[in-house]
Amino acid sequence: MGKVDLAIAIGGAAGQGIATPGNILARILVRRGLHVNVYDAYQSIIRGGHIFLTLRTSDAPVLSHGDRLDLLICLNQDTMDRHLKLMGAGSAILFNGDRIKPGTASPGAQLCPFSVKGLAPNVKGDLVQNTIALAAGLQLMGVEFSILEEILTRQFRSKGEAVVKENVGVAWAGYSHAAAHYTPFPFPLPDTGKPLAFIDGNTALAMGGAAAGVRFYCAYPMSPSTGVLHWMASHGRQLGIMVRQVEDELGVINMAIGAAHTGVRAMCATSGGGFALMTEALGAAAMMEIPVVCIDVQRAGPATGVPTKTEQGDLWQALGAGQGDYPRIIVAPTSIEECFSVVPKLFNLVDRFQCPGIILSDLLLSEGRFSIDPAALDFNVAIDRGEVISSNGAAADQHNGHYNRYEITPSGISPRAFPGTEGYVHVVATDEHDEDGVLISDEFTNPLKRQAMHEKRMRKMDGVLARLDPPELFGPADAQVTLVGWGSTRGVIREAIEHLAAEGITANNLQVQWIVPLHGDAIAAIFGRARRTIMVENNYSGQFARYLRSETGLVADGHIRKYDGEPFMPHHIVEGVKKVLVGTLRYVPTHEILV
Amino acid sequence: MSVVVPSAHPADSPQERSARPHLTVRDLKGKAEPDWCPGCGDFGVLNALKQAIVELELYPHEVVTVSGIGCSSNLPGYINTYGMHTLHGRALAVASGVALANHELKVIATGGDGDGYGIGGNHFMHSIRRNVDLTYIVMDNQIYGLTTGQVSPTSIKGMKTKSTPQGSVENPINPIPVAIAAGATYVARGYTGQIRHLVELIKGGITHKGFALIDCFSPCVTFNRDNTHDFFKQRTYKLEDRGHDPSDFQAAMEQAYIWGDEIPIGLFWKRDDLPSLDQLEPVLASGGALARRSLGISPELAQGLVRELM
Repeated sequence: MGKVDLAIAIGGAAGQGIATPGNILARILVRRGLHVNVYDAYQSIIRGGHIFLTLRTSDAPVLSHGDRLDLLICLNQDTMDRHLKLMGAGSAILFNGDRIKPGTASPGAQLCPFSVKGLAPNVKGDLVQNTIALAAGLQLMGVEFSILEEILTRQFRSKGEAVVKENVGVAWAGYSHAAAHYTPFPFPLPDTGKPLAFIDGNTALAMGGAAAGVRFYCAYPMSPSTGVLHWMASHGRQLGIMVRQVEDELGVINMAIGAAHTGVRAMCATSGGGFALMTEALGAAAMMEIPVVCIDVQRAGPATGVPTKTEQGDLWQALGAGQGDYPRIIVAPTSIEECFSVVPKLFNLVDRFQCPGIILSDLLLSEGRFSIDPAALDFNVAIDRGEVISSNGAAADQHNGHYNRYEITPSGISPRAFPGTEGYVHVVATDEHDEDGVLISDEFTNPLKRQAMHEKRMRKMDGVLARLDPPELFGPADAQVTLVGWGSTRGVIREAIEHLAAEGITANNLQVQWIVPLHGDAIAAIFGRARRTIMVENNYSGQFARYLRSETGLVADGHIRKYDGEPFMPHHIVEGVKKVLVGTLRYVPTHEILV
Repeated sequence: MSVVVPSAHPADSPQERSARPHLTVRDLKGKAEPDWCPGCGDFGVLNALKQAIVELELYPHEVVTVSGIGCSSNLPGYINTYGMHTLHGRALAVASGVALANHELKVIATGGDGDGYGIGGNHFMHSIRRNVDLTYIVMDNQIYGLTTGQVSPTSIKGMKTKSTPQGSVENPINPIPVAIAAGATYVARGYTGQIRHLVELIKGGITHKGFALIDCFSPCVTFNRDNTHDFFKQRTYKLEDRGHDPSDFQAAMEQAYIWGDEIPIGLFWKRDDLPSLDQLEPVLASGGALARRSLGISPELAQGLVRELM
């Protein structure tokens, strides 16, 4: 980590406006070029319950939301009661003393009450305490007031001069109060001079789709994937992307398949429950050889599960989606940057290999909000639509007017033609079919042709694997421990490695992004050189461990698993590694922050 | 081969169409021979559809037939147009995607009563209310044929089938009033014993801008002993012969509920005052079919998207 490492938590009930000060704070920080990592622990409720937003910032990249808190902003008594015990020496707790009774703080923790009645006697509404607390917090962090004034002015400009003046006035009262009464943090937040962008994973996935040239996006709302729909809906018109909210996920995936077959790049997103409804159609896309991309933003299952909590629990659902064997590509982005960059890469692959592609994100990544270098959002991406026939060319003659949509080729790829192309009329079918598309499933089933067609489709996976970079080991090659993860856990694992190093335990990380097809040989080579392997997964049964074993026979020396709905914190992994080193096979941490 | 953009545009004007060589029904013969039972009503629907396409002077590459699963859903394999033989119940969802990705194509969804009104019932209602510009031909035989004879959503009450050996105790769905009430803009019923009449209904559906339903009595000669050709021959009458006005909502609903000694066929309901989904969709207001647009976004737009995050 960098010179500064500060974590701020804001707690309250849904409806108390936690997101706004959280977002203002994050925007202020990224404009100073500081990195942020925001995790919002929330519930499936619109009003009430408990929401706990953690924002961690540093002048170096922030790998996770961390282990400890420096500043707690309590918007209600419940927050004080639940979380005061988390606050250690050097931390500060901001709260409205008019309404909230402080508990007993740990030695060295600074209780910072303010009086809303005293600081803003004439202002109505409860949101004023958020503004005061935010301003006071910024004072503690050594951020100059003018930045907050500028943001508040912009935010309330449309509501008129009086509203702007009132909010700036309230903020100044909070800021001055803090300056007069509280002890600031020892290191003021620096300005690196290189502003960053602030983005959530769903927005990055949606923007990745836009960069890939998606022209058709459809979805049924489902947490935690709905952010993709919202971004697409609010930008579709400007970008020329048609966005449809469909009656159910069966309709979603089938509509996307229809659009994709007709020649557009089509994408959809859902969570595990919706994905379950889509599975038959994903097999249909593979059988008809239609490229389509589906995002599954995993949440805690099974069934309705815990809609607002994270899990890596859908791997086997994705591996086994639909009946029969079929070519599919599965990728799990491991960072906010990859949420953006894997989408055009996956579209190029599914277009070339004419099969469905599945992106496994999760709540942690999709609803997590992160700083990102704006240069990482590079829309100038390579586009490869694969083998597509146009009637512009002389291709019709090559086929003597007889076009085999499913021509058997060494690569398994058969050039496709979009409906509307003259001279290439054909029928695609979910029944088994011959090279010309005619069914071999009904009248005369033909085992030899069936075998040939099946092999043609499955053969495409060899070509996909050849285009994927094998996963690489991060960290010292001769480390005592190799931590193996997939998808969203990369950041927290790599932070745990730093903590372990501080305790004299060397560790490295194998983080797998491309799940299917899998570079099993490369992984086996890494396992072969590793001194002790530990798999880290946000699920109960070790889904990736089981998959790796089934594909390669590799078995890890230990497992760290978490399936309580909350993401790993670095110390969970540190503790797990230490346990495994003394013989524990499977370590399950207990989450300390109860929300 | 890596050319991306299909160049074929459907001929726009009737003059352009007429200037092209005329197709015959023979030109629309598909790669496979129908494997329907001899005497199946679906042969009539296939012939009527081909005839309608020929009379409308459409070319094979301008038409996409999309079906689900079932005996009747084999139709795309038997006609020389672009075709998609999709999953059971999903024809309308797939067809909607086709119609929206290239709204210059003529999209025809086909299938059976189980496929459309049973397992695909949700898509039926929602495709209708969206007024997607496509023609949906349901070969309604009031039985599950391909699974060898079980009750269907349109099977009459009391029908004895393999899954209702004591007779069905459930009320059938009546697709005509359901479609009208859901907001369909063209609702007709045909009968495969009246091919010329059916051709006109299909032509009307294809030229109608919006969702067109043509429910078609297509008797199953193998598994439905109740609703046979004799049954329909004795009972059906044409709405046009009785002076029915398809713009009269009340009359359409009244006719739609007639079922007994007399059963109406023909155009129940039609309205032209509601735009179809593609006409209302802002992204299609200019720029042509989505499928023919280039990929990628301009650097200026991209910069704007990133600026929103700063």
